[in-house]
Amino acid sequence: MPSSTLASKTIHELQALLAGRKTSPEEILNDVLARITRLNPTFHAYLEAPDPDRLRRQLAAQVNAVPNGRLTGIPITVKNNICIAGEEIRCASRILSGFRSPYDATVIERLRREGAVLIPGANMDEFAFGSSTENSAFGVTLNPRAKKDDPRVPGGSSGGSAAAVASDLAIAALGSDTGGSIRQPAAFCGIVGLKPTYGCVSRYGLVAFASSLDQIGSLTKDARDAAILLSVIAGHDPRDSTSAPNEVPPRPRYEDVLDRLPKDVTIGTPTLSGAEALEQNVRVAVDGALETLELERVPVELPHIGKAIATYYIIATAEASSNLARYDGVKYGYRATSGSGLGIPRPASDDRRGGQGSGQERLAHSPEPTPARLPRSPGRAAQSALREMYLDTRTKGFGAEAKRRILLGTYVLSQGYYDAYYLKGMKVRTLIKRDFDEAFKRCSLIAMPTSPTVAFRPGEKLEDPLQMYLSDIYTISANLAGIPAISICCGKDPTSGLPIGLQLLAPPFREDLLLQLAHAYEQRIEWPRMRASLRSPA
Amino acid sequence: MAVVTSDIVRQVALLARLRLEGQDLIRIAAQLDEILQYVQQLQAVTTEGVEPTSHVLPLTNVLRKDEPCPSLSPETVTALAPSAQHPFVKVPKVIDT
Repeated sequence: MPSSTLASKTIHELQALLAGRKTSPEEILNDVLARITRLNPTFHAYLEAPDPDRLRRQLAAQVNAVPNGRLTGIPITVKNNICIAGEEIRCASRILSGFRSPYDATVIERLRREGAVLIPGANMDEFAFGSSTENSAFGVTLNPRAKKDDPRVPGGSSGGSAAAVASDLAIAALGSDTGGSIRQPAAFCGIVGLKPTYGCVSRYGLVAFASSLDQIGSLTKDARDAAILLSVIAGHDPRDSTSAPNEVPPRPRYEDVLDRLPKDVTIGTPTLSGAEALEQNVRVAVDGALETLELERVPVELPHIGKAIATYYIIATAEASSNLARYDGVKYGYRATSGSGLGIPRPASDDRRGGQGSGQERLAHSPEPTPARLPRSPGRAAQSALREMYLDTRTKGFGAEAKRRILLGTYVLSQGYYDAYYLKGMKVRTLIKRDFDEAFKRCSLIAMPTSPTVAFRPGEKLEDPLQMYLSDIYTISANLAGIPAISICCGKDPTSGLPIGLQLLAPPFREDLLLQLAHAYEQRIEWPRMRASLRSPA
Repeated sequence: MAVVTSDIVRQVALLARLRLEGQDLIRIAAQLDEILQYVQQLQAVTTEGVEPTSHVLPLTNVLRKDEPCPSLSPETVTALAPSAQHPFVKVPKVIDT
C-alpha cells in the first residue's frame, strides 16, 4: 500500500484489515509516526512530536496484553487535559510545567483495556479556554484543511485533536467539550465530533474547567468510529460522582444499531438567534443537508437560546475560577522561582528526589516538635512571602485568556455580585434546559449549524475576546442543557473550500439516535468520497 | 457607563492571586467591562419563581461505599510538588521566628 494509506483509514476499516491480516499494528503505527514526523512541524497538532520508541514499546505491550481488544493496535490521540499515567499533562499551560500524571483517567483505562495505542499531547487552548487553539502556551495549531497561503485556525479548544485526525496524524482522538470544544473544531476540520450527554462518560482524570459543563467525547473520521469509541468510554464510574447511573452504553452497543434509524424520526429546526452572524454559505449547506435527509421537519422554538452565551460565560467562568484556584505552586506543576516569593532557594532536582537533599537530613535529625513549638499564627512578613509566591506563580503561569476567565469568574462570584450574575445565570440555565425539554416533545432531534462561520484566520479574534466567545453561539446551549450533540461535515464553502459542520442535538442519553442519523446522512452523501475530496496535506 | 473600573479589577485580581498592573490592567479591565456589558442582557429575562440549575442530572448526595481502597502513595504525591522533602511539601516560610 502507498504510504499514508493506513493512517488515513478509519478505526473500523483498520479493524477489518487487521482481522484479515492485511496489515499489522506495527505497520499502522509506523505510517502514523512517519506522517507526524513530516507534518507536525507545520501543523503543530501535538505539543511536541511523540517519542517513536516509547510508542513502539507501548504498542508491543498492548498487543501482548490485549491481543484481541476492540481497539488493539489503533493509534488514538488524547487532548492534553486528560490524564495518562507517566505522561506530561500540561493543559497547554505553563502552570502545569513538569507535571507527569501519576494515574490514568477512567477513559484512558477503558481505551487501554481494549488495546488502543495512546499518543499523548494533542494541543489545545490553555485549560480548554478558547475556540481557536491560539491560547496554547506552546504554540498555535493550524487547520490542515486550509490553503497554504491562507492559513486558518483548527477551532478549539480541542484543536490539536481535530487537526491530528483531519491530517491523519492519528486515527481518532479524545477531546473535551465544555461549550463546543469538540464540535466546533470537528466542524472546522471536516470530521465528526461527539459531545455525549453530561454524565455519560466519566470525567475522572479530566482536568476540570467547568465541572457542571465539561464532558469527554470523541473526534473521528466518521460516525461509526464515534459509535465504536463511545461504546468503549461510556458507562458509570464510581470515581466520578456526577457519572450517570443509567445503563450506558446500551446493549446492543451503539455501533451494532447504527443502521436502525427509526422510520418516524423528526427533525426540529429552531429559529436561530444571532442569525446576522451566520454566513450565507453555512446556512445553504445546512439547509441542503436537511433536504438530503428527507425526514419530516418540525419548526421548534428555543426562546432563551439567544441568552446562552451570556449565561455560559457567567457559569463557566465562575466554575473555572474556583477550579483553577488549585494551581498555587505548592502541590504540583510550576512554581515561580524569581521575585520576592522564592522562599526556599534549593535546586529543584534535589527536591524532586525527595529524601536526598541536605534539608531532609537536617529535618530527620530534628527533635519531634513539642507543643511549645507548634505553629503560631503566621507573622506578617512570612505570610506575605507565601502570598508573593502564589502571586508570582499564578501571574507567570497563566496565559491571558486564563487570567480573563479567572477574573471574570471571581468577579461574578464575589459578594454583592453573586445574585445579579451567578444566581441569575443558573436560573436562565433552567429556562434554556426547559426550552429543550419542550422542543423534544415535538421532535426527535434538533438540527442547526455547528458554527456560524467556517474556520477563521489566526489572530482574527484573538484580541477581541467577546467576538471569540460569540463564535460558540450554536454549541454552548447543549452544555448548559446537558444534552448530547454531534457535528458532522455537510459540505464545503464554495470559495474557500473549507468544511462546514451540521450539528444534531438529541434528548439526554439518545446518543444512539444522533449516531444513527449521522450515519444515515454519511451514507446518503457518500461521505468516504467527500472526505477524500477535502483538502488535506499530502 | 462602565460596569467595572480598573480599581475593581485590580482588587478582584488580588483576590484571585493574580498581579495586574499598568497597561495590562487597563486592557483587561476594558475587555472584562465589554464582556460584563454583554452579560447584562440577562437582567431582562424574567426568572421569577425559576429554580436555579447548578447541575443537569437528578443526582443528589452521591456517596461511595465507606470502604478503604487503593490510592496514590504519599511518596508519589510529594514527588509531584515543585519543592518537597518527603513526607512534606515545602513552601516559603509562613511563621516568623
